[in-house]
Amino acid sequence: MPRPAPPSDDRVIEVRGLRMSYGSTEVLTGVDLTVSAGEVVCLLGPNGAGKTTTIEVLEGFRLPSAGHVRVLGADPARADDAWRARVGVVLQSWRDHARWTPRRLLEQLGGYYAPYATAERPRPYDVDWLLDVVGMTEFADRRIGTLSGGQRRRLDVAVGIIGRPELLFLDEPTAGFDPQARRDFHDLVHRLSDLEGTSILLTTHDLAEAERLADRILVLADGRIVADGSPDALTRQVAGTSEVRWACGRERFVHGTDDVVAFVRGLFEQHGDALTDLEVRHASLEDTYLAMVQRFEAGARSAPALEVTR
Amino acid sequence: MSATRTAVGLGVRRGWTEFLLSLRSPQDQGFYLFVGGGTLLYLWFNRDEQLEGTGISLVAYSLPSVLAALLAFGVVVGPAFSLAMEREDGTLLRHKALPHGMQGYVTGQLVYHSLGLLPMLLVILVPSFLLFDGVMERGAEGWLTVAWVVALGLLATLPLGMVIGSLVPSTQKVTTWGMLPVIVVTAISGIFFPVQALWGWVQGLAQVFPTYWIGLGMRSAFLPDAAAAVELGDSWRTGTTVLVLAAWAVAGLLVTPRVLRRMARRQSGSQVAAARDAAAQWVR
Repeated sequence: MPRPAPPSDDRVIEVRGLRMSYGSTEVLTGVDLTVSAGEVVCLLGPNGAGKTTTIEVLEGFRLPSAGHVRVLGADPARADDAWRARVGVVLQSWRDHARWTPRRLLEQLGGYYAPYATAERPRPYDVDWLLDVVGMTEFADRRIGTLSGGQRRRLDVAVGIIGRPELLFLDEPTAGFDPQARRDFHDLVHRLSDLEGTSILLTTHDLAEAERLADRILVLADGRIVADGSPDALTRQVAGTSEVRWACGRERFVHGTDDVVAFVRGLFEQHGDALTDLEVRHASLEDTYLAMVQRFEAGARSAPALEVTR
Repeated sequence: MSATRTAVGLGVRRGWTEFLLSLRSPQDQGFYLFVGGGTLLYLWFNRDEQLEGTGISLVAYSLPSVLAALLAFGVVVGPAFSLAMEREDGTLLRHKALPHGMQGYVTGQLVYHSLGLLPMLLVILVPSFLLFDGVMERGAEGWLTVAWVVALGLLATLPLGMVIGSLVPSTQKVTTWGMLPVIVVTAISGIFFPVQALWGWVQGLAQVFPTYWIGLGMRSAFLPDAAAAVELGDSWRTGTTVLVLAAWAVAGLLVTPRVLRRMARRQSGSQVAAARDAAAQWVR
């Protein structure tokens, strides 16, 4: 099976100036993004920012209005079936295959990948192993129509990765998961990324999830990428403000500061032993994200996009 | 090439699995029993009737005609509904995300809906042979005719169902754009009474569609030659039957892949999500 030539470096996704408009509404106004091999990248953004549209363009399910898009070295809109075999897509289904069982469905859908197996990448995954990995062994032979929402989403994830993809797209994969299922899912993503070297692009609304999973976070607002960096870098550079709470005897105080260490040193110098309690709370990714989105939605549209790290 | 073969093989397996699951589903069993029971009741109440001035019993005339109507109806409306539904529930999108998935999906649909005819034929034919006399006048030769009429009829009508299912905007619209026209075509196709009872232009219209010809072919398989006197032109017109059905089949083979490709191109996750939201509203 001839493979498309690898891109110039190890970029699995390369997007420049991606635009998408429906009629006169511009959903994407010029998205630039890259994902390198083995990276886990999280796309954040408010509802309607164009996350799903972006992912669907990359999956080859939607034609962009303009822009340069390369995924695994090919234009997804024109890519062939061999390309399709290297890409995994986790879809949000709702009532399909109600009479089937998860095992039967995975065996059926996995079969399509068998002709694309290579020595270093056997395809598809063993169904029993996969059922175990997504924690579905106990409902493997139940009718899919009787599964709960969370169980169904695990099946969606299993279907998305059955072909051992080199690149995986996940659009809000953990919506409707309970905390345990969410934790299991995070473990699975780490496993795919660490053991299999799978590159992953996911969208989510859950900032804790993004922080835990992502090597890099992209924030999509107003139709373009407004921030791009590691969770740490984003948190440090954008919000910058930490909250310091302390108590002297019975009195409690709160103060916001950019320079925690200097401020706390000052506190000790001033109060010494009178200081009875001290708590420093760094801005969370959520604070950062909200501040960022607010800034953009408040009309700072002419402001330059934030470049945190590259 | 081998990937295509794999996909077609998986499609056949898919169709077979869906068929087995459908046989085990109380909902589908009920449907088969309802249709079978209804047909038999209709035939039973008319068991003493004869076609005017011919000496042919209405049962002998109707049975092959009803089989033809069920074939044409089932194979158009069935796939139309499944396609429209599976576009909305994400089945199709799942296949679009697979290498050669659409080929497998379409193969599965063809196999499933073709197999679905078998229980339908059985629930009608088996009791009919037990209850009525003089149903199959031609023996082995007749069964051979049944076989080719069914095969050609399938090829002529299945693509129609796929095309309707691809073009309708939503599942609810299948009733309007799929079922109603098919019911009208069936009603004028000489199923319950010979087509001569209708106005000339309606007779002409009926002969454009495959349903009439499948019915004619089925009657030519079950009835003695003398019964051809009831038909238009006092003949079974076997050659014309083959030509018309083959023409529909060829047209279907040419048009259907294009329509399916166009439909598949438009499939996306947000479309499925929109359909889910619409369905939630519909139920509420």
